[in-house]
Amino acid sequence: MSSYHNPHTFPRKSAAFDDYALSEIRRAAATGLYDIRGGGAKRKVPHLDDLLFLGASMSRYPLEGYREKCGTNVILGDRFAKKPIELKIPVTIAGMSFGSLSAEAKEALGRGASAMGTSTTTGDGGMTPEERGHSSILVYQYLPSRYGMNPDDLRKADAIEVVVGQGAKPGGGGMLLGQKISERVAEMRCLPQGIDQRSACRHPDWTGPDDLEIKIEELREITDWQKPIYVKIGAARPYYDTALAVKAGADVVVLDGMQGGTAATQEVFIEHVGLPLLAAIRPAVQALQDLGMHRKVQLIVSGGIRNGADVAKCLALGADAVSIGTAALVALGDNDPVHETEYRTLGTTAGAYDDWHEGRDPAGITTQDPMLAKRLDPVLAGRRLANYLAVLALEAQTIARACGKSHVHNLEPEDLVALTVEAAAMAKVPLAGTDWIPGNESRGRGPY
Amino acid sequence: MTTRVIDLATEGVRGLNAALHADKAHKHWQVLNPAGLHSIAVGIDAPTTVEIDGHVGYYCAGMNKHASVTVKGNAGVGVAENMMSGRVHVLGDASQAAGATAHGGSLIIDGNASARCGISMKGVDILVKGNIGHMSAFMAQAGTLTVLGNAGDALGDSIYEAKIFVRGTVAGLGADCIEKEMRDEHKALLFGRLKAAGLDGQVDVGEFRRYGSARKLYNFTTDNLDAY
Ligand SMILES: Cc1cc2nc3c(=O)[nH]c(=O)nc-3n(C[C@H](O)[C@H](O)[C@H](O)COP(=O)(O)O)c2cc1C
Repeated sequence: MSSYHNPHTFPRKSAAFDDYALSEIRRAAATGLYDIRGGGAKRKVPHLDDLLFLGASMSRYPLEGYREKCGTNVILGDRFAKKPIELKIPVTIAGMSFGSLSAEAKEALGRGASAMGTSTTTGDGGMTPEERGHSSILVYQYLPSRYGMNPDDLRKADAIEVVVGQGAKPGGGGMLLGQKISERVAEMRCLPQGIDQRSACRHPDWTGPDDLEIKIEELREITDWQKPIYVKIGAARPYYDTALAVKAGADVVVLDGMQGGTAATQEVFIEHVGLPLLAAIRPAVQALQDLGMHRKVQLIVSGGIRNGADVAKCLALGADAVSIGTAALVALGDNDPVHETEYRTLGTTAGAYDDWHEGRDPAGITTQDPMLAKRLDPVLAGRRLANYLAVLALEAQTIARACGKSHVHNLEPEDLVALTVEAAAMAKVPLAGTDWIPGNESRGRGPY
Repeated sequence: MTTRVIDLATEGVRGLNAALHADKAHKHWQVLNPAGLHSIAVGIDAPTTVEIDGHVGYYCAGMNKHASVTVKGNAGVGVAENMMSGRVHVLGDASQAAGATAHGGSLIIDGNASARCGISMKGVDILVKGNIGHMSAFMAQAGTLTVLGNAGDALGDSIYEAKIFVRGTVAGLGADCIEKEMRDEHKALLFGRLKAAGLDGQVDVGEFRRYGSARKLYNFTTDNLDAY
């Protein structure tokens, strides 16, 4: 007797319960703790890749690719500061703390940036002599934790960046777990060694934009009105946040999107709070334009910048400069496949390693372990960063020339189209092949 | 000793601070008509004495180094914020966040201090003769906070290694802050603080209780979830 055989369907995994979601449920069940990691949002969200430049054609004249001048310099902070900063390229190095990064990595960032005439930024944990010494232009962060904050370093800085938020975690404070609180890090932060350190998410002595205005005035008074003062915000309500930063007296607004890296935060925070940069630039620029402050208060944007096309797109949307964190670390050697065997030992693979908070980075960058940190040669790594920055500038110039611009700042939204309806709506440029800007119908109805 | 008098009604805060930063040799300064202005006498880096005749606004004596600043009136938000060294003495009351994040020196408040006194303090010695408001010594890392009166709610929330001495009542303790034994070494420390404020012989260290970190939140574990 032949038994009836019920044929199986092809095994199908759930789109919602994919392998990653399942592994996270198992991880949570095993530990009872949320997942902490470094880096930025990893899932796909609307991005600068969804934009294209049109280039020159019958109605636009291009510039010769190699010969004709195409400026890349940026002046920052000429609103109030007696000593504004001039960068040779519109790309700066974002604030990354000594603590999250080794002293050698900070030195390499300084060397690379200085070689290209641009700035680096301190981070949550204070200024080290290494980074001051190797950075010709150094921005000093003023964070809620105020770790290592002191007036001497404030006066040594070339600019001051008041950090309100970060794109990876708008509304969240910093986090540095015990493994990375070495003796030196602990001393700089006035904390015991080896404890988990959670930086405050609110500034201790001001709340709201009216207080911030007074705080900025204090910082100007302490430094005799010499230094540009930046205000850094995570992309959340970019129109209002930018307007309020301007109102509070910022010389420069730094706007960081959700793909922007962090040294360590809860995964749920990184992936689910804040806006992608693509959605944040136009509202911020609109706020500046509405206040008559576009190009007077400069806008630096960050969060997922990888190449010269990204740089050019941000500038075309109205930013004055961009800043990079993750890409700079990759240029130094982070996540390099040469360390694949070690990444495997850590249960990951090159390109996916993000347990930066554990301090076991095979590339010796996100660590305080002296043996690992020694693996990074600051001179060589600095050279690599300088090369990479040069390419970003060259690529942005290539695009600008193709669009007929003699300065990268002359790029404009009219040079762009979008590949998706979402990107068209967010960047407020037409969907490719159409003249449709979704949402433009509501123009004049007020901010977004 | 000559006194250099600066009238804020005519020279403004910028005039005062510019002079204080430029003229480091000058030993004694008198500031007239402060009228609640902000950022008075900030960023001093010299062993001078500054006497301010009246009430001051936000951040008076912010980031002070070496100087001795006396406010003959009340002080607004963040007096002596991030002080590194020296001494700031408020003869009246102080608003929120007095001595916030200060790394060193001493802050003495003759009256009361409002909420968040000593928030994120990193080594300063703060002494308040009156009461302090809620959330004081929030995330306090190092230094001492001595209160002759009472403390408001959530004292020492998420405190690290700072030491708190309170003579009066405490409305409530914040996460990870507990009362601790007052051993001889703490009595000696407190005596030193009282003495520095000229209160030795007037105030008895035996009347104080000590508060500090239970150190349970120092390393994150799921067993502490109810504390977060
Ligand atoms: C390792 C690391 C440490 C960081 N530390 C800080 C910090 O101390 N303060 C801060 O404002 N942002 C910090 N950030 C965020 C960067 O300043 C910046 O906003 C972000 O990296 C930009 O996005 P990108 O990484 O996609 O270029 C850090 C980022 C990384 C990757």
